[in-house]
Amino acid sequence: MQEFVEFTLSGLATGMIYAAIAMSLVLVWRGTRVLNYAQGAMAMFTAYIAFTVINHTGSYWLGFVAALMAGLILGAAVERTVIRPVTGKPPLNAVIVSIGLLIGLEGLAGVLYGSGYRSFPPAYPITGLSIGSVALGITENDLFTAGAVLAAAGLLAAAFRYSSVGLRLRAAAFSPGVARLLGVRVGRMLTLGWALAGLLGALAGLLVSPGTFLYPNSMDTIFVLGFTAAVIGGLESPVGAVAGGLILGVVLNYVGGYLGSESVDLFGLAALLLVLMFRPTGLFSAAPARRV
Amino acid sequence: MNQAGPADGGGIPAGTVRGAASLVVEDIAAGYGAVRVLHGVSVTAAPGTITAILGANGAGKTTLLRAIDGSVRPGRGRVLLDGVDLAGRRPEEVARAGIGHVPEGQGVITELTVAENLRLGLLLRHRADRGAALAEIYQRFGVLAERRNLAAGMLSGGERQMLVIARALAANPRVLLLDEPSLGLAPKVLSGVLDLIQRLRDESALTIILVEQNARSALAIANSGIVLNLGAVVAQADASVLAADDALRRHYLGF
Amino acid sequence: MPTLARHLGIAIVAAVVLLLATNSIGDYRNYQLTELAAFVVAVAGLTVLIGLSGQISIGNGAFMAVGGYIAALILADLNWPLIAILPAAVVGAALAGAIFGVAAARLRGPYLAGTTLMLAVALPSVATRFQSVLGGDQGLGFFVTVPGSVGSNVTLIHWQAWVSCAAALVTLVLLANLVRSRVGRSWRAVRDDEVAAALAGLNVARLQILAFVVSAACAGLGGMLLAMWNESVSPGLFSLTLSIQLLTAAVLGGLGSLAGAIWGSAVLVLVPTYLENLATSHGMTATTSSSVPILAYGVVLIAVMLAFPSGIQGALVLLARVTGLQQLARRAAGPLAWQSRRSVQSRPAAESSWSESESPRPESELSRPESESPRPQSQPAAESHEKGTL
Repeated sequence: MQEFVEFTLSGLATGMIYAAIAMSLVLVWRGTRVLNYAQGAMAMFTAYIAFTVINHTGSYWLGFVAALMAGLILGAAVERTVIRPVTGKPPLNAVIVSIGLLIGLEGLAGVLYGSGYRSFPPAYPITGLSIGSVALGITENDLFTAGAVLAAAGLLAAAFRYSSVGLRLRAAAFSPGVARLLGVRVGRMLTLGWALAGLLGALAGLLVSPGTFLYPNSMDTIFVLGFTAAVIGGLESPVGAVAGGLILGVVLNYVGGYLGSESVDLFGLAALLLVLMFRPTGLFSAAPARRV
Repeated sequence: MNQAGPADGGGIPAGTVRGAASLVVEDIAAGYGAVRVLHGVSVTAAPGTITAILGANGAGKTTLLRAIDGSVRPGRGRVLLDGVDLAGRRPEEVARAGIGHVPEGQGVITELTVAENLRLGLLLRHRADRGAALAEIYQRFGVLAERRNLAAGMLSGGERQMLVIARALAANPRVLLLDEPSLGLAPKVLSGVLDLIQRLRDESALTIILVEQNARSALAIANSGIVLNLGAVVAQADASVLAADDALRRHYLGF
Repeated sequence: MPTLARHLGIAIVAAVVLLLATNSIGDYRNYQLTELAAFVVAVAGLTVLIGLSGQISIGNGAFMAVGGYIAALILADLNWPLIAILPAAVVGAALAGAIFGVAAARLRGPYLAGTTLMLAVALPSVATRFQSVLGGDQGLGFFVTVPGSVGSNVTLIHWQAWVSCAAALVTLVLLANLVRSRVGRSWRAVRDDEVAAALAGLNVARLQILAFVVSAACAGLGGMLLAMWNESVSPGLFSLTLSIQLLTAAVLGGLGSLAGAIWGSAVLVLVPTYLENLATSHGMTATTSSSVPILAYGVVLIAVMLAFPSGIQGALVLLARVTGLQQLARRAAGPLAWQSRRSVQSRPAAESSWSESESPRPESELSRPESESPRPQSQPAAESHEKGTL
């Protein structure tokens, strides 16, 4: 029973990371109808930037902020330079470009930092927490992870709903043509969407790197699992992304705990295939299957 | 029928009365890819008037509006708003310059509420004016006030038409382009919309360009009109003159 | 069938040329040639999948792994001759492709790509999951020997080059025929407009699955050849990077073009080592210089897509046209992906003043009739400020 509680709680913590990646994918997807395969690689790259700043200044939080800023800038830059030319073209072009970005960033990180594993500091201690004598299976850092992701999600949701920029962003995503006629600078809104997604991704990278170590391919698995979470929640729904992330995190943690860690990836693949075969719009949506 | 008169951007001091601007379209040629739709169209809309754009399907009426609002970049020609050429600018910049366009087929953003749709239009106003403007819209469009928190997708056809017009007005345009506002509306609702358009001209001194297949209704409220056929202007005159011309009516306007 | 005869003729000529070449170019070049041929097989299958059937896969490295591991296991446990192992690897990989294809039959675009990506990332863990059989991270050895009947003058590497090249030639001939067959045309119809194709009576799902099976079979064969060349199989040999290398080669060469598969594979085999050496000579350490090719793959994918989506083969066709070799150009262009506006679009050479924001309903464009002559590269495609898909 104790094991079960531990697995559940730590699964929720990991699930938050998947949720962050999933949310950034949903953000970009809703705004530009592009699936950003490089989201994980971008997160890895911004984590490296944090790594450099932390090593130079000795301050974790300075690195943290630097990574978030870098995420914003990288997201915006990618949209402007590499994605903008392929929006409106057949979807295949955007897929290939995004894969190119994925591998390019991994290569760049390898060139700049080498392919070795780097240890990355956590924000908070990673000693296990207990209530009395009952070990909970999570750490202070896990609590911070959950809190940070939820806070980011909450802030974004509030901004979308209540601010003028948020309204413009939503209009640009739902009906770009109509939005233009109302003076919305749709291009800028797209860039902003990507910037925010980059920010979320950067957060995910910061939160997960202590556990996985930082190396050019460190976000590969996290990304595909974040993608799976987004699919489970339905690519159209940020709330679904969070739910999907949590569900996936917990389930995979059970798999890892009871069946062994080598089975996790395969289970993720199976989960993805099952959802796509039977509920392609996600577990939560009632919308008809979208033929992409 | 006469061709367009001299391109007249002057006469009325530019921009002093918001909502009373002249729109002059000069020799616009435009199309999509290899297909040319407009072959040199000129229209003059005097401030505070309703100008009807008439013609059969495929004549180029919608393309003309798109050339004006920036969705389609014309191959040649000018679009003068109070003398300032807007041709070739992006649609969002044209909208910010003061040309509002209510496109064919409504264009409510169904995922947003009525209030949010209106707020979107209001974003083009100064922040200080927005509250008052919204109140005025709710007063004028009681139906929208009642349904303000409903998702726009839940409105009926007539209510949606109200919403898109109200939303366009929320942006405080100087010129309003209306593309087939009668489409799909029940006759009673249609007459309400036409009424509204007339009042907009009379009460707010808005310059309105009205594209309509229902030529009879359009000419009933318009000051002047042009008739397009196959991308060229075949007639341009006062509305009463056009309505009285039997040959024209039968040939191009269908009544 | 003149098509088959022509393809066979070209293949025979190529076989003779390669035979002579392998006898004289020495071991190092034969080693590279073996690797090249292995990639050509896998890339050819992938380029047909993406270019002709319009389905993107970033997971074909996984199917290569299936082929490679099956071959290694059979040789180790059953000691079959190479001639028997080869079809086993192909069939095994084809089966895997069928299973995946059925599961993924309804997936399109990003969902499909993402799923294949998941496949590529998840597959290495199979080796660790079944460590006892599959050897875990260490992998399994795969040691092919020269059969006695060939003679004692032929070195192992020489023999491997023959095997590889023969396999590549056979694959290319079969694919070339497939591409020009009814199946190939059906694939293209589905790629260009799935709805229209379905309405015309094509069984879309079956065609899509078949495309996956074909590409997986090719990948499996390539994986076996690569295993032979590498003398072992391991998860590291069939990583995500391999899948992306295949994609890069296919894109660079020209999606949908078999000749393009050759060009792309050649670049893939020859350039990375060159880049790495260049990097180390400029002072980079081994751990960083090994990433230079990887960075290059990314740059190539992006650059080709943005600047010249038709790849090398497209450039060659353009060159042929420009220099007046119309017939050659027409033949070479054939059923290439970039013929169709729907799959991979290039920027128009000169932007027409007529085209702007609104593109005229590209979603409803019907597929082009087979007999239509190739479109000139410079025809303006309606560009969008934005499309409804944003």
